[in-house]
Amino acid sequence: MTLAEKILAAHTDKKEVSPGEFLNVRVDLILANDITAPIAIREFRKTGVDRVFDPGKIVMVPDHFTPNKDIASAEQVKVMREFCREQGVIYFEVGQMGIEHVLLPEQGLVLPGDIVIGADSHTCTYGALGSFATGMGSTDIAAAMATGDIWMKVPPTIKVVYHGSPGKWVGGKDLILYTIGDIGVDGALYSVLEFAGEAVDALPLDGRFTMANMAIEAGAKAGIFRVDNKTQLYIKPRARRPYMVYEPDNNGEYAQIIDYDISTIEPQVALPHSPANARPVSQIGDIEIDQVVIGSCTNGRFEDLQLAAQVLKGRKVHPRVRCIIIPGSQEVYLDAVTRELIGIFIKSGAAVSTPTCGPCLGGHMGILASGERCIATTNRNFVGRMGSPQSEVYLANPAVAAASAIAGRIVGPEEVTT
Amino acid sequence: MLKGRVYKYGVNVDTDAIIPARYLNVSEPAELANHCMEDIDRDFVTEVKPGDIIMAATNFGCGSSREHAPLAIKAAGISCVIAVTFARIFFRNAINIGLPLLECEQAVNGTEAGDTLEVDLSGGEIKNLTRGEVFAARPYPDFMAELISSGGLIEYTRNRLAARRI
Repeated sequence: MTLAEKILAAHTDKKEVSPGEFLNVRVDLILANDITAPIAIREFRKTGVDRVFDPGKIVMVPDHFTPNKDIASAEQVKVMREFCREQGVIYFEVGQMGIEHVLLPEQGLVLPGDIVIGADSHTCTYGALGSFATGMGSTDIAAAMATGDIWMKVPPTIKVVYHGSPGKWVGGKDLILYTIGDIGVDGALYSVLEFAGEAVDALPLDGRFTMANMAIEAGAKAGIFRVDNKTQLYIKPRARRPYMVYEPDNNGEYAQIIDYDISTIEPQVALPHSPANARPVSQIGDIEIDQVVIGSCTNGRFEDLQLAAQVLKGRKVHPRVRCIIIPGSQEVYLDAVTRELIGIFIKSGAAVSTPTCGPCLGGHMGILASGERCIATTNRNFVGRMGSPQSEVYLANPAVAAASAIAGRIVGPEEVTT
Repeated sequence: MLKGRVYKYGVNVDTDAIIPARYLNVSEPAELANHCMEDIDRDFVTEVKPGDIIMAATNFGCGSSREHAPLAIKAAGISCVIAVTFARIFFRNAINIGLPLLECEQAVNGTEAGDTLEVDLSGGEIKNLTRGEVFAARPYPDFMAELISSGGLIEYTRNRLAARRI
């Protein structure tokens, strides 16, 4: 069995599972946010049970339109907050909350070998820790909150092996954009992407979170990494319950194995309006920008901010550009304060915000007007994603975004740092 | 039997196109329906009639997990969505809330926007009344068929929970 199949089988009463099979799996953690929880709660009320199956295995995070951007959003968060109080479900209030997919791993709520389902498509982020994590809708989450399990069809696994060592400014974001650029936005539809090879072994955890996070952008059900020493170092101080590390069998069957040599790839930029429109940054041409967003569940972690700070230090954001930097959690924010990144950002002329998904989905904190262009470290550049349907979003890594903020047009970090 | 006029779209229609995130500060289906498809088809909301059918190429509903997407489509009056393939979260969401989906490449290739279709969900038969052609959709796996015939996931779950209590 593959890694994903091993984890799925371990959450049923079966010894073996194979692709295409329908299963009922026990879940270790269920997640919803301020957009998806209100519907999940409404549907949960219809299941006929009064209490959730286990309040310690359900987390709700107000992160999308928070701190509440308007009255309607405040009402949605209120529904969620009151449900959490009533049921004893884990809840992170503004001040403790972060972007859910940055926050949950930090808090030790997601561990290797877990099955996590979340009413948010980027739930697949937790595959970086060797868990099987997948996004679903609110009604799925409602049913699981009542029963503690959920139906799944066992997905086939596509193994992507990254060879070589990445160039200076190339990280997880570039590897995943390159991959989506190659296989397309439905290249892994219904499948699991298992990431392997010495190039991802060398990646820090933050880079792996970025890659697993964007597995959904290739249509995948999950993106998953094997657990190694780096994972263990991350997990050990955070875990407050036992966990299982699964390994793929040597004879595990893969639907496809894709090999990439990434030694020569450049930082990637995905042009509007698809994450699959990835190009090397040197081939982008002269694209002037109005806004830069550095943050999100994709690239809002400490190492992401560190990369941005490396480029921004001692330099100024272009006078025409709004550069908005959003640490992904309070822990990331505090680390950025104590390690003096925030001073670098403010001196460079960037705005720094409390954690929120905010602009990534066109919610608040940096909405684009018609005709405006933004380069963002986020995950989607669909039509209207960050505001006006006549605006444009370009996706890139934090160093490219920071360099572009200085230049006022899309450039690689080399262009402003040398 | 469903009958309606076809709204046809291309590949990778994402959930931001189906219902832009700026409207997700509410979750009432009728309110969501007012903005369904507006960023890629301004006329959809004013022209759509109850029973009409959305048709698309591959990977319909990709992107976010927002259940607001199938809720908006259903509340707009759409009777079913026919595509070559669906993104998986959208697929689950639609089945769970009772928005019928059919996968049929031939029907998508053999139909133009504005054609009238008649759809028999139980048999998966798609008739293009405008062109006089008949297509067979891919049948659902047994488990999915059971889920659909129970009336969606919540009813299915209620039944499971009731069986546990016996």
